[in-house]
Amino acid sequence: MSSHAPILEARGLVKRFGGVIAVDHVSLVVHAGEMLALIGPNGAGKSTCFNLLNGQLRPDAGEILLEGRSLAGLPPRAIWRLGVGRTFQITATFASMTVRENVQVALLSHHRRVWRFWRAARETFVAEADGLIAQVGMREQADRPCGVLAYGDLKRVELAIALANDPKLLLMDEPTAGMAPAERLGLMELTRHLVRERGVACLFTEHDMDVVFGHADRILVMNRGRLIAEGNAAAVRANPAVREVYLGSGATSGGH
Amino acid sequence: MDFLLVQFLTGLANASALFLIASGLTVIFGVTRVVNFAHGSFYMLGAYLAWTIVRALWDWGGREPWLFVLGLLLAALAVGAIGALVEILLLRRIYRAPELFQLLATFGAVLIVQDITLALWGPEDLPLPRPRWLRAFIEVAGERFPLYDLILIFVGPVVLGLLWLLFQRTRFGILVRAATQDREMVAALGVDQRALFTGVFFLGSALAGLGGAIVLPSQNANLQMDLAIIAEAFVVVVVGGMGSVPGAFLASLLIAEVQAFGIVLVPKATLVLVFLVMAAVLMVRPYGLLGRPQAHARAPTGSVAPVIRAAPFVLKVVGASALALAAAAPLYAGPYGLTVLIELVVFVLFAASLHLLMGPGGVVSFGHAAYFGLGAYGAALGVRFLAVPMEVGLVLAPLLAGLFGVVFGWFVVRLSGVYLAMLTLAFAQIVWAAAFQWVELTGGDNGILGVWPSPWARDKALFLWLALALCIGATVLLRRAIYAPFGYGLRAARDSELRAEAVGLNAAQLRLVAFVIAAASAGIAGGVYAYAKGSVFPTYISIPKSVDALLMVLLGGVQTVSGPIVGAVAFHGLFLTLLQWVEWWRAALGLAIVALVLAFPEGVAGFVQRRWEARFGAAS
Repeated sequence: MSSHAPILEARGLVKRFGGVIAVDHVSLVVHAGEMLALIGPNGAGKSTCFNLLNGQLRPDAGEILLEGRSLAGLPPRAIWRLGVGRTFQITATFASMTVRENVQVALLSHHRRVWRFWRAARETFVAEADGLIAQVGMREQADRPCGVLAYGDLKRVELAIALANDPKLLLMDEPTAGMAPAERLGLMELTRHLVRERGVACLFTEHDMDVVFGHADRILVMNRGRLIAEGNAAAVRANPAVREVYLGSGATSGGH
Repeated sequence: MDFLLVQFLTGLANASALFLIASGLTVIFGVTRVVNFAHGSFYMLGAYLAWTIVRALWDWGGREPWLFVLGLLLAALAVGAIGALVEILLLRRIYRAPELFQLLATFGAVLIVQDITLALWGPEDLPLPRPRWLRAFIEVAGERFPLYDLILIFVGPVVLGLLWLLFQRTRFGILVRAATQDREMVAALGVDQRALFTGVFFLGSALAGLGGAIVLPSQNANLQMDLAIIAEAFVVVVVGGMGSVPGAFLASLLIAEVQAFGIVLVPKATLVLVFLVMAAVLMVRPYGLLGRPQAHARAPTGSVAPVIRAAPFVLKVVGASALALAAAAPLYAGPYGLTVLIELVVFVLFAASLHLLMGPGGVVSFGHAAYFGLGAYGAALGVRFLAVPMEVGLVLAPLLAGLFGVVFGWFVVRLSGVYLAMLTLAFAQIVWAAAFQWVELTGGDNGILGVWPSPWARDKALFLWLALALCIGATVLLRRAIYAPFGYGLRAARDSELRAEAVGLNAAQLRLVAFVIAAASAGIAGGVYAYAKGSVFPTYISIPKSVDALLMVLLGGVQTVSGPIVGAVAFHGLFLTLLQWVEWWRAALGLAIVALVLAFPEGVAGFVQRRWEARFGAAS
């Protein structure tokens, strides 16, 4: 996979909160068509690192490049415009709209059609929205409001929204948190399929080791703000530093 | 220099009364989250009850100072009891309703108290007789300063100290502080919320009553006290930080001094000055001087706004029929009927414009009358100074309102929640104060007369059709905007700002544009209203006018697109009926509001929609 062009590149990211260094000189690269997992015990700095990449937080030092273009100082909405789709640890959808309308809003924004005051929005980009909804397996529920959907289904809707701007990069913060085990594997299979098919780069954080070892092409391990290991599933499993960090720490999986 | 000192002392004396009222309001808000409009009524009742009790005591035991103090305290306790009663009878039933409905209920209480006070004490201002010791002066740096005011200066700090003791040393006080921080957690720990809330209402109302009682010697008890003080009290609470008693103390000092020196420096703009200070503080500290963001403001479950669907066919038929019926009114209605109909049409647009903000926008404006009034004044000022014809005046109306919408909206969309609502109220009060105090421009209280339509539109029927074309036309455009991509973007920003920004939407910009559209639309309504009435007055911008708009939207149902239309017709119809047939129409209207809030917490249209969908299923 790493023969593909780099999509996202972070160099020497640093973020301090008061005296604590939450992210300490982290550098990483994600390539097109690659699933890169960012793991580590609680408090390792995964979420902070993630929020630096998506524009929610500003790094104290370091740079973030999307296809060579700096993302420093850009708000989340500008980062989306450059082709970054996101899903959240706790799902965020538009609860007063149906599944289709949620995707339509993302499409309207992507095609810069939000500042229209006349034509009904529900008649816009219907086919495109239904295409995305079908890709995430939500066709039967397209007309249901997001306010009443099950949590696992909301995760799928988020994925469809994230794909609406035809992204180069997907950032998924704990994509399977709060889902039933069977649903987890389904969602990750789907994500991996879409990433391969569309040549998207995907960076995700995750607590579930089955999900990580089963679906990541490459794994980055963080501890106390630093990267301590990198490699494929087998290499990371065998890494003594990683074993030390996770030993007895409540890693959830049968892989050990 | 000496003069400045006296002015400063006067400010301190006024700060005490302001602090008493504001501390009660802030404690009530902190614990119960109720924005209590009736707090001004408690203040007014304090003054009236003190007038009665003190005089009775004096008749019995002579005009002694200690009987005066006793009278004030008894009045405060009586008001506290009334406050507790209001909580038990009214608010306790609606804590689960949306916050805005609680606000409406408290406004209903304002109207009821107004009429009860009028019935018990009559319309005249009531002065307290002032024995020699109440009229005494002392010498301060060569100037005479009232002894009573000097004593008042110490009342504020003493009450602050007593409240501090109450909150630090008693179980009740600790519960109040805990509930201010996180009332769900206090409930989860098994504390009896009902007793706590009633106690807080007793305390807060008693403080307001005491505030009203102590100003009695310098101000007469009068029927305008309630709304005159409530805006100021809100300013103090917001500037201090909602829920913070020390903040209220600081803010009352600040505001009272601004007023004391404002009278000297800019006598024409004292009212404007206070609200400008508030706007400035909120820009620098969005949660007030000592306030903190509500860390645990959890959304109540089941509060998700429903999906907006296209109107079912039946509703379209009903709407078109109503429009046809209105247009044909000259065939069957007399002049009075046509006048009423024109007003209805104006209020439909007024309500629909506020609904765009409150429903899809999620921006609750307590000061929407500002833009209605700016539209009316835009037209009237054009007539007065430029002698423009009606056609131009009706263009000036939305222009002026929209312009102020841009300026005010730019600040408003940067805040959220109660602070946002209070800032809209402050801006409305700035506009009201300008209309009231800037006599050269606006004619002050006398308003601007002679705002007549062009000759061709003087015929009532033609003016009705003009009003229909403008107001219903604009209402239809607003509806389309809600169903259009813009409306979806707006709702997206309301539902989840995080997600909206993550899909490239600029939430603040969407809200600002909605604010300007709503302001300009209200301006059209105001302009048409000005020509229909032939005159404009500051009352067009007053708090009750803003509350009218809120009532129409909320009683109609904020989450239904047709709600504001139903609400405007129902509310104005109710208002006119009561005005015509009921002597105590304020109390009747207040009771009607309270009854509606208790019966339809999701609004009339929302209620109908729910019943409709339960019976026939959701149309899609």
